[in-house]
Amino acid sequence: MNYKLLFTRSILLLQICLSVLYFSTTNSFAHQNTLEKVKSTGVLIWGFDAEGGAPYVFHDPKHPSKLVGFEVELVAAIARELGVKVQHFQNAWDSILLSLQRGDFDIALNGIEITPDKEPSVLFTRPYYVYAEQIVVRASDNRINRPEDLRGKKVGTLYNTVAKRMLEEMGEITVNIYSGQVEPFKDLSLSRIDAVFVDLPIASYYAKPNPQLRLVGKPAGEGYYGIAVRKEDTALAEELNKIIEKLLRTGELQKIYSRWGLWNTAQEKLFLHEEPLQKYTENLPSVSEKVSPSVTKFLPTLLKGALVTVGISILSMMLAVGLGLILAITRLYGNTWLQRISTAYIEIYRGTPLLIQLYILYYGLPNIGITLSAFAAAILGLGMNYAAYEAEIYRAGIQSIPKGQTEAALSLGMSKRLALKRIILPQALRITIPPMTNDFIALFKDSSLVSVIAMVELTKSYSILASASMNFFKLGIITALLYFGMSYPLSLYARKLEKKLRLYDRNP
Amino acid sequence: MIEIHNLSKQYDNQPLFKGLHLNIAKGSVVTLIGPSGSGKSTLLRCMNGLESFQEGHISVNGQKLYGIHEQNYNKAQVHLTLKNIRRKVGMVFQQFNLFPHMTVLHNIIESPTHVLGISQAEAESNAISLLQKVHLEEKAHSYPDQLSGGEQQRVAIARSLAMKPEAMLFDEPTSSLDPEMIEEVLAVIKDLVSEGMTTVIATHEMSFASDVSTDVVFLERGEILEHGSPKDIFYNPKNDRMRAFLSRFMK
Repeated sequence: MNYKLLFTRSILLLQICLSVLYFSTTNSFAHQNTLEKVKSTGVLIWGFDAEGGAPYVFHDPKHPSKLVGFEVELVAAIARELGVKVQHFQNAWDSILLSLQRGDFDIALNGIEITPDKEPSVLFTRPYYVYAEQIVVRASDNRINRPEDLRGKKVGTLYNTVAKRMLEEMGEITVNIYSGQVEPFKDLSLSRIDAVFVDLPIASYYAKPNPQLRLVGKPAGEGYYGIAVRKEDTALAEELNKIIEKLLRTGELQKIYSRWGLWNTAQEKLFLHEEPLQKYTENLPSVSEKVSPSVTKFLPTLLKGALVTVGISILSMMLAVGLGLILAITRLYGNTWLQRISTAYIEIYRGTPLLIQLYILYYGLPNIGITLSAFAAAILGLGMNYAAYEAEIYRAGIQSIPKGQTEAALSLGMSKRLALKRIILPQALRITIPPMTNDFIALFKDSSLVSVIAMVELTKSYSILASASMNFFKLGIITALLYFGMSYPLSLYARKLEKKLRLYDRNP
Repeated sequence: MIEIHNLSKQYDNQPLFKGLHLNIAKGSVVTLIGPSGSGKSTLLRCMNGLESFQEGHISVNGQKLYGIHEQNYNKAQVHLTLKNIRRKVGMVFQQFNLFPHMTVLHNIIESPTHVLGISQAEAESNAISLLQKVHLEEKAHSYPDQLSGGEQQRVAIARSLAMKPEAMLFDEPTSSLDPEMIEEVLAVIKDLVSEGMTTVIATHEMSFASDVSTDVVFLERGEILEHGSPKDIFYNPKNDRMRAFLSRFMK
């Protein structure tokens, strides 16, 4: 074998790898001028989140493959003016600015409020819409008529929005934070919360057609939606400003908004803003001191989230361990029907995603008259799901005990039940401890899924803080450390316990 | 004490017993001998209901256990019958089957306290005297995995005796023991026999069988080929296959 050749070849390979890596990581910076790139490729890549995104951008319920919404029409008009085509880029709303910075798309246009805390990271165009925050209550409820009445109430809002900050600054309000726009209105009609406080377009679209809900009070806290571009794309921002101006003057913007029932007198203010943006944000509630990057300020919120995570994990694991044992025993020793029921339970719970199970528990069950609190739904959802896995662990443990043990017990006059309780289970449980601890650690991490049903646990706390401060890295490390700090002692303890219980390792 | 009447049993249409009869009188010591697979163990296991059978019945101490194809078979009744039989008939297994998560003492008192409802203190003092009987009183607080095979089997015998049985079934009690431990277990069984315990033993220990038995039963392929006193069977076998079997052991 020619070692020298091998060596030079490996070096070559390494170089190729490195250069591939280099080009792929620098991709976002390769186009210094996004405007030029858009014009030369003839494509404008638009980042948005269509999930529950009406009336901004959403999938037409009649033709689910088609995107509709006032922003779809706005972007189409912009692209037409630029003489290019639109390419869609679906991105979770929570991380839309982050993906913009990464270079996944050219513009982020999706009801993004122009606020000072976002300015260090992205550049905004002049506003394309004037929004205000609107209170929505149940039609039957007349306790709340203006923002001051929200004090002492449970209020739902969307996450990382001006409305959320306004609620927090008002104080004395229990704020329920949602990722999707549909869920707060659902929880409102189910009386899980007392009011929803969101941007007017959302309130109009979801609450106006619903006879159970009504809009109360005047819209408050006027603000602006702007198109976000990367910091260095000043040329693109200027071009977009010109186009917005043109669409305003020709009345096309008004036409689009009117079609969606969104045009109001407040939109006249759009004409006033020809200057760059800083001015639009002046009278907004200032939050910059709240989102200082100091870690110590975030820690209490994260620790509170961690406490919720621990609570949910422990309670749902207790449910899983108890229910799992019942399932395993009915599957092994029950009559035919019980066996079928527990087998079906195990297969269904293992064969469907936990996320869907949580949605059904929280948003589906109210349709048949069962309304669970988020906490109860989280524990039931996780516990019932994990019970299916624990049942199989128990079953394997029970089946691994030699048949002779049962026979000896029976021949000593024990009933089957007594033999199971005194002889088989005590031996089987020792075997199940290590895999169950593993499952507990897994459940501990899976508990982050319950954030979809408005539970603010550790992961949710992290994403709220991180998207508010754009500090994904530092906070991410801290959050990961918190998770590790909680799960590692657990696995150490499990190892100790396992050693203590091991049959062949006993002290004489 | 134990009557086996017209017993038929098959596994997946593979017949084992075809109308087998056997009477075991109170106080008798019956050894079942025969090649592996002849049905010795299965016959023992049928006697205390660890194996079911299709036809015939087994009567233990007046309690009748019917084959599952018999008219008198009654699922609810079987439960009670088995309970009564198992309380009166102890069984010792080839693999000892001690409970590994309990000490020797707890192995012995488990059933008396939980099944018979005897007080802990009484059960423990009984257990200690039983352990003395099998010469293992110093091992009361050991766990089964700390004992040799012979010691484990002696504990298993003590555990069965703690239920104060009227008969004992031994399923090849020395077959998984090292040769040097066989004697200590056989000695314990001999003691038991000398006290008049009704005993049925499946075994390959021919000299032991000839020593202690009142009756020897030679089984082959589920059939009783010879049944008689040890003297008749070992010194005057009538059946050719019996002779062939013995010659392999007497070499």
